[in-house]
Amino acid sequence: MANQTSKSFVDNLGKIYGVYAGGFIGFVIILAILEQMGVPNRIIGYCFVFLTIGVYAYIGVISRTSEISEYYVAGRVVPPFFNGMATGADWMSAASFISMAGGLYLAGYGGLGYVLGWTGGYVLVGVLLAPYLRKFGQFTVPDFLGVRYEGNTARLCGVVVLFCASFTYIVAQCFGIGIITSRFLDIPLEIAIFVGLLGILVCSMLGGMRAVTWTQVAQYIILIIAYLIPVVWLSIKLFGNPIPELAYGQVLDQIGELEKKLGILKPHVAAYVDAKGQFSWVEFNNFWALTLTLMVGTASLPHILMRYFTTPNVKDARTSVGWSIFFIFLLYFTAPAYAAFAKLEVYTNVIGHQISSLPAWVQNWSQVGGLLTIKDANGDGILQLSEFIINQDIIVLSMPEIAGLPYVISGLVAAGGLAAALSTADGLLLAIANALSHDVYYKMIDPHATTVRRLVVARLLLVVVAIIAAAVAGTRPAGIIQMVAWAFSLAAAGLFAPLVLGIWWKRTTAPGAIAGMVVGFGVCAYYLVGTRYFGMAEWFGIRNISSALFGLPLAFLVTWAVSLMTKEPSKQMQDFVDSIRVPKGELAWARDAVHD
Amino acid sequence: MSELTPAQREAYWGRTSRLMWIIMGLWVFFSFVIPAFAVQLNDIRIFGFPLGFYMAAQGSLISYVVLCFWNASAQNKIDKEFGVAED
Repeated sequence: MANQTSKSFVDNLGKIYGVYAGGFIGFVIILAILEQMGVPNRIIGYCFVFLTIGVYAYIGVISRTSEISEYYVAGRVVPPFFNGMATGADWMSAASFISMAGGLYLAGYGGLGYVLGWTGGYVLVGVLLAPYLRKFGQFTVPDFLGVRYEGNTARLCGVVVLFCASFTYIVAQCFGIGIITSRFLDIPLEIAIFVGLLGILVCSMLGGMRAVTWTQVAQYIILIIAYLIPVVWLSIKLFGNPIPELAYGQVLDQIGELEKKLGILKPHVAAYVDAKGQFSWVEFNNFWALTLTLMVGTASLPHILMRYFTTPNVKDARTSVGWSIFFIFLLYFTAPAYAAFAKLEVYTNVIGHQISSLPAWVQNWSQVGGLLTIKDANGDGILQLSEFIINQDIIVLSMPEIAGLPYVISGLVAAGGLAAALSTADGLLLAIANALSHDVYYKMIDPHATTVRRLVVARLLLVVVAIIAAAVAGTRPAGIIQMVAWAFSLAAAGLFAPLVLGIWWKRTTAPGAIAGMVVGFGVCAYYLVGTRYFGMAEWFGIRNISSALFGLPLAFLVTWAVSLMTKEPSKQMQDFVDSIRVPKGELAWARDAVHD
Repeated sequence: MSELTPAQREAYWGRTSRLMWIIMGLWVFFSFVIPAFAVQLNDIRIFGFPLGFYMAAQGSLISYVVLCFWNASAQNKIDKEFGVAED
C-alpha cells in the first residue's frame, strides 16, 4: 500500500477480505486436524494467539502512513459496509465478547439491559449525530466542541471527558487481554497484559486511523466467526438446529425445569426480580437506568463517533450506522443464546457431579487469578450449586471446554476475544492520543507545529497512554463490564448534551455548553467515585454503573438555562450550524476558526 | 442549485426534525415502553420464548437495525427532494 490509500485497494476490499476470511477458516481446520493428530493444547493456544496478532501487526505495518488525514481519518475513503465492520470491532470489546454472555448467565433477564443498551444507542448515533459530525469533517470530537463553542475552554472540557471515559474503558480492555493471554500462553496475568500491549501498539502506532480501520475489519471477521461457531455447534449437537437464536427457546424451558429441581428462587427469564424471586422496583429502575446510560454513552464515546469521520460523505455516514448496528446485532442477539446454553451445560454436567471426576477445564480455569472456585463446603464430595462460583468474565472463554468441544474451538474463542479486546483498545488509544496530540498539542500549545512533529507527538503519546493503561490494569481495579459501564456513564454525562444541542438547538451558547459539561460530568463522577470508594449511599437505589442517570439530565438542564441567560450565538455561528445540517455545500466557518 | 433560500432551509430542517422525532418515538417505545411491561409480556409465549424476554433479547434489537437503515433511506429521500444530496 502506498502512502495514500489507493483506489484499487478500496475497490478490491471485498475480494481481499473474502480471501482473508477463507484463509482464517482454513487455518482453523488445519489446527483442528493437528489436534486430532495429537498436537498438545498448549501449542494450539500459542498458534491462535501469535498468528492472529501477527496478522494484525502485518496489516498495521503495511498501512503505515505519514499523511495527516490518513493518520487521523483514514483518508476518508472507507466504504459504509466496511466502516460498519470496523465500527463493530471498535465497539465490541472484551465486555461484549468475554463478559456479556457471562453477565446474562448470572443475571438472566436483568442482564438484557446490557444487550438493549449496547445496541439501541446506534439509533441515537445515526439520527442525532453521525451525519452532522461527518459534514463538519474535522479530525476529532473535541474539534467540534472547540469550533461550535468558539474556543479552547470547550475543547479542553471535551478532552478531559474523553480522556476519563476512554481511559477507564481501555483499562478494562487491557485486563481482558491479560486474562486471555494469561490462560492461553500460561503466563502470569501482570506479564500477559504487557504482551497484549505489544499487540495493540503494532496495529495503531505506525498507521493511525488507517491501520486501525483495516485491522478492525480483519478483527471483526475473526471475532464474529469465533463467537458464532461454538454456539452453532452446540445448537446442532443439542437440537439439530443450526440457528441457535431460534433453538434456545427450548433451552430456556429446560433451564426452568432444572431451576425447580435445584431449588433456584430466581428464574432465568423472570424480569425485575430480586434474589428471592419477588418483583422489585429497585431492579426495575436499575434496568431502565442502565439501558439509558449505555445507549446515550454509545452516542457520546469519541472512539465510536470518530469512525464516522472516515466515510467518503454524509450519506455514507448514515448508511454506515445501519451496517454498524447490523454487524453488532449479529453478536448481540447470539449472546443470550450463549448464556442459556452455558447455563444448561453447567446445570446438567457440572452441578451434582462428583468433584473428583470434574473435567480438566475446571482445573485449568481455577488457576487463572481466582476466577473460578470450587469448594466442597459440606464435604460430601458432590458439587452443589452454592459450591460452584464462576466469574462472569470466563463463561464465554470456558464454555467450549465446559461443553466438551475440541480444544481448537477454545483456541478460536480466545482468538476472537483477543480480537475484540485489541480492536477496541486500538480505537480507544487512538481517540485518546489524537485528542492529546491534535486538540491539546497542535490546537492549544503549538499551532505552528509541522506535520512530522505532530505525528511524532501523536505516536509518542500513544505509547505512553498504552503503558499507563496496562500498568493500571495490572492492579485489577474492578470487573471488566463494570469498568466499561463507568466509561459509558462518564461519556454520556459529559458529552451527549453539548454534542446534540450544538447541532439541534442553535441557541446553545458557549457558556451554556461549558457549564453543562462541567456540571453533568462533575455530578456523574462525584456519584461514581463517592459510591465506589467512599461508601456514599446510593441515590434512589441506582447502582453506580448507571451514574449518568443523574449527570445527564442536569447537563441538559444547565446547558439550556445558562444558554438562555447568555447572549445568543453570533449570526456567523448560526450560519455555521445551518451549514452543518445540510449534506451538500461548503461549511460556513464562523469568524476566524482555524481549520486545515 | 446549491444554496437553499431561508424558507427552503426551514422546510428542509422541519422535515428532517419530524423524521428525527418519529424515529426517537419508536426508539423510546422499543427501548423503554416494551421492557416496562416485560413481566406481563412474559406470560405470552412466542416461538417457545416468553415474549418479554424475547423482545429484550431479539425483538427490540431487530427494530434498531430497521430504524437505522430506515432513517438513512428516508433522510436520503428528503435530501434529494430539496436538492441537497451530495453528488
